[in-house]
Amino acid sequence: MLSRDRAVQQMLDIARQQNVETVWDRLADQLPQCGFGELGLCCRHCTQGPCRISPFADGPQRGVCGATADTMVARGLVRAIAAGAAAHAGHAKHLAHALHKWARGTAPDYAVRDEAKLRAVAARQGIDGAELSTRELAEKVAHSAFSQFAEGDGPMAWARATLTAGRMQALEKLGALPAGIESSIAEMLHRTHIGVDADPVNLLAGGISCAVADYTGCHIGTDLADILFGTPAPVVSEANLGALKPEAVNIALHGHNPVLSEVLVRVAAEMQSEAQAAGAQGINLVGICCTGNEVLMRHGVPPLTHSISQEMPILTGALDAMVVDYQCVYPSIVEVSRCYGTKVITTMGMAKIAGATHIELKEEEAAEKARQIIREAITAFQARRGRPVNIPPVKSKVVAGFSVEAILAALAKLNAADPLKPLLDNIVSGNIQGVVLFAGCNNVKVPQDHNYLVMAEELLRRDVLLLATGCGAGAYARHGLLDPAATERYAGAGLKAVLSAIGQANGLDGPLPPVLHMGSCVDNSRAVDLAVAIASKLGVDTDKLPVAASAPEFKTEKAVAIGTWAVACGLPVHLGLVPPVLGSALVTSLLTAGIKDLLGGYFIVETDPQQAAEKLYAAIQERRRGLGLETRPW
Amino acid sequence: MNKEILIRYDRCTGCRSCELACAVAHSASKTLFGALSEKKPPRKRIFVHQVGSKKVPLNCRHCAEAPCIDACIAGAMHRTAEGVVTNEDGEQPCTGCWMCVMVCPYGVIRSELAEKIALKCDRNCLDGSGTPACVRACPTGALVYGAVDSFAADRRQEFLSKALL
Ligand code: SF4
Ligand code: SF4
Ligand code: SF4
Ligand code: SF4
Repeated sequence: MLSRDRAVQQMLDIARQQNVETVWDRLADQLPQCGFGELGLCCRHCTQGPCRISPFADGPQRGVCGATADTMVARGLVRAIAAGAAAHAGHAKHLAHALHKWARGTAPDYAVRDEAKLRAVAARQGIDGAELSTRELAEKVAHSAFSQFAEGDGPMAWARATLTAGRMQALEKLGALPAGIESSIAEMLHRTHIGVDADPVNLLAGGISCAVADYTGCHIGTDLADILFGTPAPVVSEANLGALKPEAVNIALHGHNPVLSEVLVRVAAEMQSEAQAAGAQGINLVGICCTGNEVLMRHGVPPLTHSISQEMPILTGALDAMVVDYQCVYPSIVEVSRCYGTKVITTMGMAKIAGATHIELKEEEAAEKARQIIREAITAFQARRGRPVNIPPVKSKVVAGFSVEAILAALAKLNAADPLKPLLDNIVSGNIQGVVLFAGCNNVKVPQDHNYLVMAEELLRRDVLLLATGCGAGAYARHGLLDPAATERYAGAGLKAVLSAIGQANGLDGPLPPVLHMGSCVDNSRAVDLAVAIASKLGVDTDKLPVAASAPEFKTEKAVAIGTWAVACGLPVHLGLVPPVLGSALVTSLLTAGIKDLLGGYFIVETDPQQAAEKLYAAIQERRRGLGLETRPW
Repeated sequence: MNKEILIRYDRCTGCRSCELACAVAHSASKTLFGALSEKKPPRKRIFVHQVGSKKVPLNCRHCAEAPCIDACIAGAMHRTAEGVVTNEDGEQPCTGCWMCVMVCPYGVIRSELAEKIALKCDRNCLDGSGTPACVRACPTGALVYGAVDSFAADRRQEFLSKALL
């Protein structure tokens, strides 16, 4: 089985019939993959290499420069963290520029849609905004964000303002408090250059520091997106390929950044009549990957599919345009689109694909560019009329939009004076055993969504509250786990009672869904905010909470960075694929054990999802024991 | 017709995947990740060398007239019914005298000093389809497992199409 998603399965049959190559074919072509690479035992950091080290002491034990397996593995890992941090930093900076340009009056198509959040973020960062207009304050907040990228004095203010004091101390002790996001990324590239840092332990400490920089970038990304586009609130939608409409102009928004997609959402609403004049029923916006998450969270745009299945919507023959920004966009979509007439439109100067149509987004003229993009899609729609389409009739109901603000608002209906109290009471009583955050990607080496589904079913049964972001949240969306009806089906008695009580207090027809969709990958920062709020209320640090994270189908360097900062926050973090570190027993044991003494968090590598769920549950029980809460063996 | 491992020298990139796969095939767990934690590290029986700018894999040719069999006074080295030259499960155990190492023209017999025996390609690595591990691992098709005469026929075809077309 290649995917658990029925819609994807149906499209794969079509791919086979029509002889279209997909990501699964390309994996098969790549097999067998290089064992040195799998173990992290290959180094290309200089032209004396590539160097490989024999894992069995049956060949070279050092690279040409003398680097050992431990050095090589640690260098490779921290470079991956730096790359992930660079991606999130780019994303966050992009938003800061948009906010800044709006404040200066040069990006009129943007606005501050959540003034309260602007003021809250400003206050949190120590900016006195009482006398300032929205624009003046926005400019100050943008400057405060910019100042996080270069090197400042001491630890970055946005990390300090959002993590617990205890975390800051633990990180400082480790020398893992970065001075700036981009200076940290640059330092990791420097340190992993030939002949610089060769001490694996020191390298890992540097990697943790860079991961904290990544966390800061993610947090800025979330904060600024909320300020510019609104903080998500619960929204009802649907997910999967069945959300495509044969008679509409179907436009997929793919990538990660809401800077363009937000404008497209607004402009599309204004251009419905233009689409109708061209013979369409209207414009149907749909999402893919995290750009899809961003517009689902804020506008209920239905997510079509995620990560490894991004080629599938094109195979329906009904997708008129795929508009991409950056990150996780497979260049193969251009090749597939040639057979079906889908317009692939790249929009970022630093992320082009040969063969795609490039319409560069400039914040200064965002709406005009958005109109141009939609006209391209309308033209593609006119060209496709009359051709058969293959839309699998598969879709699920989705309730998303659970920002921390939204969760607190829902809880406030149970206790307006102290919204966190009902949540804490239920954790203490054991109705909620703990919380697990599912994050990360799909990975073509795992049957799509399988690990997510097996683990969620097992943990929900055990009364563990689940949060999800990124393509993990996407998996749950497509499989109906973001539907309140799934609470009835999957949640244990305790969890069901809590979710029902919250639903009732909020005047919903039923419970909350058993998995709360918190947003895109950068929005993992929202989960930290929630954990910090709970920890502060309990008077403990985040490494004591019965909270864990899992990236059961992770793929990207961004996921490596996020996983590492989740560990730095003190969480047990499960990985469902083996990262390329086993070539060093030292690095492996530091990541899975040694680091626990320093930060409380640690990695659990387990490829079997059933076992993984059990290990996470055991980690939660260990934390409960530590807090003196009642434990529940299974 | 016995199958042999035949080498298309022009295709080898020197990636050493064949070496790694051979070692893993001779581990207890037969998996890369599993082999890492085994007490006795597994040993490869294929060797990738560089000669000038050429990368070259080399393993036992399982010679039709095998000098190592003749040289093995201990009576360990023999040919199996499948045509595999090996010192495992012979009439007598290997004594580690290294006579075979001295007479092998290709130098593809190595020592396992801990156990004082000679180690060589033993084809104890075939998968369900009967293909050796090194051949399965080679990403470029530099290693071919096939009958000598069909390999030769392919070579002729290749040569002729280059020379005449
Ligand atoms: S940095 Fe060292 S190990 Fe890496 S390629 Fe150069 S010589 Fe080899
Ligand atoms: S080393 Fe072993 S196999 Fe080789 S000749 Fe001596 S006894 Fe025979
Ligand atoms: S045939 Fe098997 S034993 Fe011989 S070199 Fe190849 S992998 Fe090793
Ligand atoms: S696997 Fe193939 S290409 Fe790689 S070193 Fe061995 S023979 Fe050469």
